Amino acid sequence: MASITANPPRVGLPGLLRHRVVHKLLLLALAAAILVPLANARWASGTWPSALTLDFSEPLAKASDWIIDNRDSHPLFLYFFGHVSNVVVIAVRAVYLGLLAVGWAGVTALGTLVAWRVAGIRLALGTGVAFLACGLLGMWVPTMQTLALMVVAVLASAVVGVLLGLAAGLSDRMDRVLRPVLDTMQVLPAFAYLLPVVLVFGIGVPAAVLATVVYAAPPMARLTSLGLRGADKEVLEAVESLGSTARQRLLTARIPLARKELLLGLNQTIMMALSMAVIAAVIGAGGLGDRVYQALASVDVGAALAAGIPIVLLAVVLDRVTGAAGEKLGAEPEPHSGRGWLFALAGVVAVAVAGRLAGRLDWPDAWVVGIAEPVNRAVDWMTAHLYSGVPVVGGTADWAGHFTTWVLDPMRDGLQALPWWAVLLIVAALAWVIGTWRTALTAVLAMAAIGVLGVWKPSLDTLSQVLAAVAVTLVVGFAVGIAAARSDRLERALRPVLDVFQTMPQFVYLIPVVALFGVGRAPAVAAAIVYALPAVVRITTQGLRQVDPAALEASGSLGATSWQQLKQVQLPLARPALLLAVNQGLVLVLAVVVIGGLVGGGALGYDVVFGLAQGDLATGLVAGGAIVCLGLMLDRVTQPTERRAKKGA
Amino acid sequence: MRVRTTAAVAAVSSLALLTGCGAADMTKQASPFANAQGAKTVTLSVQSWVGAQSNVAVAQYLLEHELGYRVDTVQVDEVPAWDALSQGRVDALLEDWGHPEQEQRYVKDKKTIAPGGELGVTGHIGWFVPTYFAKKHPDITNWKNLDKYADRFRTPESGSKGQLMDGSPSYVTNDKALVKNLKLDYQVVFAGSEAAQITQMRQFAKEKKPFLTYWYSPQWLFKKVPMTEVKLPPYKEGCDADPEKVACAYPHTPLQKYLNADFAKKGGKAAAFLKKFKWTTEDQNEVSLMIADKKMTPEDAAKKWVDSHESTWKKWLS
Repeated sequence: MASITANPPRVGLPGLLRHRVVHKLLLLALAAAILVPLANARWASGTWPSALTLDFSEPLAKASDWIIDNRDSHPLFLYFFGHVSNVVVIAVRAVYLGLLAVGWAGVTALGTLVAWRVAGIRLALGTGVAFLACGLLGMWVPTMQTLALMVVAVLASAVVGVLLGLAAGLSDRMDRVLRPVLDTMQVLPAFAYLLPVVLVFGIGVPAAVLATVVYAAPPMARLTSLGLRGADKEVLEAVESLGSTARQRLLTARIPLARKELLLGLNQTIMMALSMAVIAAVIGAGGLGDRVYQALASVDVGAALAAGIPIVLLAVVLDRVTGAAGEKLGAEPEPHSGRGWLFALAGVVAVAVAGRLAGRLDWPDAWVVGIAEPVNRAVDWMTAHLYSGVPVVGGTADWAGHFTTWVLDPMRDGLQALPWWAVLLIVAALAWVIGTWRTALTAVLAMAAIGVLGVWKPSLDTLSQVLAAVAVTLVVGFAVGIAAARSDRLERALRPVLDVFQTMPQFVYLIPVVALFGVGRAPAVAAAIVYALPAVVRITTQGLRQVDPAALEASGSLGATSWQQLKQVQLPLARPALLLAVNQGLVLVLAVVVIGGLVGGGALGYDVVFGLAQGDLATGLVAGGAIVCLGLMLDRVTQPTERRAKKGA
Repeated sequence: MRVRTTAAVAAVSSLALLTGCGAADMTKQASPFANAQGAKTVTLSVQSWVGAQSNVAVAQYLLEHELGYRVDTVQVDEVPAWDALSQGRVDALLEDWGHPEQEQRYVKDKKTIAPGGELGVTGHIGWFVPTYFAKKHPDITNWKNLDKYADRFRTPESGSKGQLMDGSPSYVTNDKALVKNLKLDYQVVFAGSEAAQITQMRQFAKEKKPFLTYWYSPQWLFKKVPMTEVKLPPYKEGCDADPEKVACAYPHTPLQKYLNADFAKKGGKAAAFLKKFKWTTEDQNEVSLMIADKKMTPEDAAKKWVDSHESTWKKWLS
């Protein structure tokens, strides 16, 4: 099949590439030959030398004491944080009371009619059904609490994101400064900064909203900046030639031209904010997340699912509606669209007033369907029959045991047995081969920072779990992704499944995972795989489908079998997408390392949870910092430099 | 630069306008969901174990049905709960297992938290093995014989040593130090959450497998999985003072209630009721078992208990 040359420049590349790679590796070997004996002579030890660590526990403990002692009296709190906190409380309360006053019928009508106006009749029906389902599950009030929280958090994230995005989009210097900041905001596990936020704002809604903003603002900022930078040069020149000022240009040309990116940014921000809804419950945000979390405490999967489903429904509805709104942006505006909105508004008011007059503001208790019991029975049956003693294949507990002993243990022990400088060298080599010397330097510094923080061993433990989880995710994800790319029907069938896995709060499936795999690192890996798999499947499918059909036809006409087509045309051409899948897999697995700490994953994830539970700023922040460094290192090692801009978007 | 200052000034002044000028009081901030639709609200903190849920469920039921309050609950771990209590984010913490450091800071120094009296339940932490295993091997109940059985407690996670399973990171534990100082051939494996720990114990029990675990009483799970305590070197006052050198058992702790100081003074009937709330270990377990094992909602479980124990709770309302 050598006759297929779909991508001519690629043919010459490997030779050149190999030459450069050898060159880089030789240089690195030379540097190592000089530096390693020096380092070894000075700090002869396998693991990270203690002479090279810094202990942050004392200053961090002092900082936390200072905050607690001054929180009620220092002007910084009285005149700044206090007001921020009050504004958040007032805003959330206003939205919540508004939603309660409109009543369940009014809210459902509002959601449905807004969806109808921006996204068409089908999504409108879906939205209505989703709201009714929240009520039927007995989750109306928590859903409204979560919705109120989300409205405020998304608005705040969007404002912060647009401001940052404007700064980054208009000034190259700001762009350079902001990029690592945004990277950190996204990689930092939310659990790590919950604690400082709680120290400053206390348990509850303000802290939850602000933690959500930290997590959800970056995609808005990234896409705003991308949109501003991508504006058509000719249009801008035309506007400039009309003698407009910089501000006019921004408002009349650049921002309107970036509408699509702005809307995509809003969509991403909504999704990320919702994914924080449960984590925020850990610091007392209330709402659906709190119900999931409380159900976890009584080991009640059914109750957790009843609160998890509304979160999934909200996420899917919001995603589809904002997505459809984005697609409609380019199209011609419909005639009479103003009148349509008027009808919609009138409908909402009518329904709300009717609900009010009928005295039916609260969801009627009689209309609640209990799903907890049948779900629990199903889970019990599953875990009772699959856990062990299944003929021939063995039970899930046996698999988990084998996975721990044969995969996780050797990987962890191997990594921990490597001399520290060898780890740094491997990181440098991998990052340099795929990127520039700058990438390599960042990766090595990130890894070294882990040593300096004094958490070298647990970090390598976490790294081994992450690598194992990513390996399994990629094998399964590529297989499913390839299958979905070849069958439209499978792709359609998979879509809702992937939606559910991506948006279902991880707390819901922690118990089944433990019931199947026992306590330890194996269930932690399993939970991470469940979370990261959808993204990998999606990116793989999309990448394969975008392969130029002409190349496929050409190879088909040459008599290539479908397996040959896949191997020699589709996969090589989809290489960038596959690399992105690897990268996203890593980022997502790392994002749930902390959750793994809740089922016995130990290492950094446990330390972060411990820090939060015990109010121990030092342990929590240091472990969180180490997770950030791991993320940075893994990103640099897997991501070719030129495509970095896409990340997180 | 000018634009940025203007923006900053605008932001700060609008903040001030929105909230009413002057200082904001960080100690008086209730939940935005409280007092909705004109109801008097009490906010209770719930900890992640079921016993704590039972206290709250019964208190909530009585507050709502007998005293006409609306009750909000917030799930928080113990240490952050103290912080929340001092700021008025929650009004009461009904089950505290002893946090001398927090007590010194908030009750004695800052006076933002007031003691609410005893809960009536005595808590005890210890190491436990399932009773079906202890019956077959009676000598397991002394820590000195633990090493003999180490290989029976081995799991993939503990490697070549025996597994001592610990629970949630929010719990008080000296187990790592204990294993080291008593020179035991065991590995402490942290389940990471009580839910994970309970799930694992039930799986072990289903197969009648031996296990050794950190556990505590009162706890509803004893009714489902009977367990026997392993005797550790006896507890003496102060033997756990240095966390590195601990080599003794855990104490028996009368569990305490704490109220936000302001709420204790001005909380009216609700505060008076919560101060009087006092029940027994059996009462608590009865409710816990309904919640955790029969999967009743905390509200239904509380109702069932309240209906059959009128004489107990009437005293709390007087």
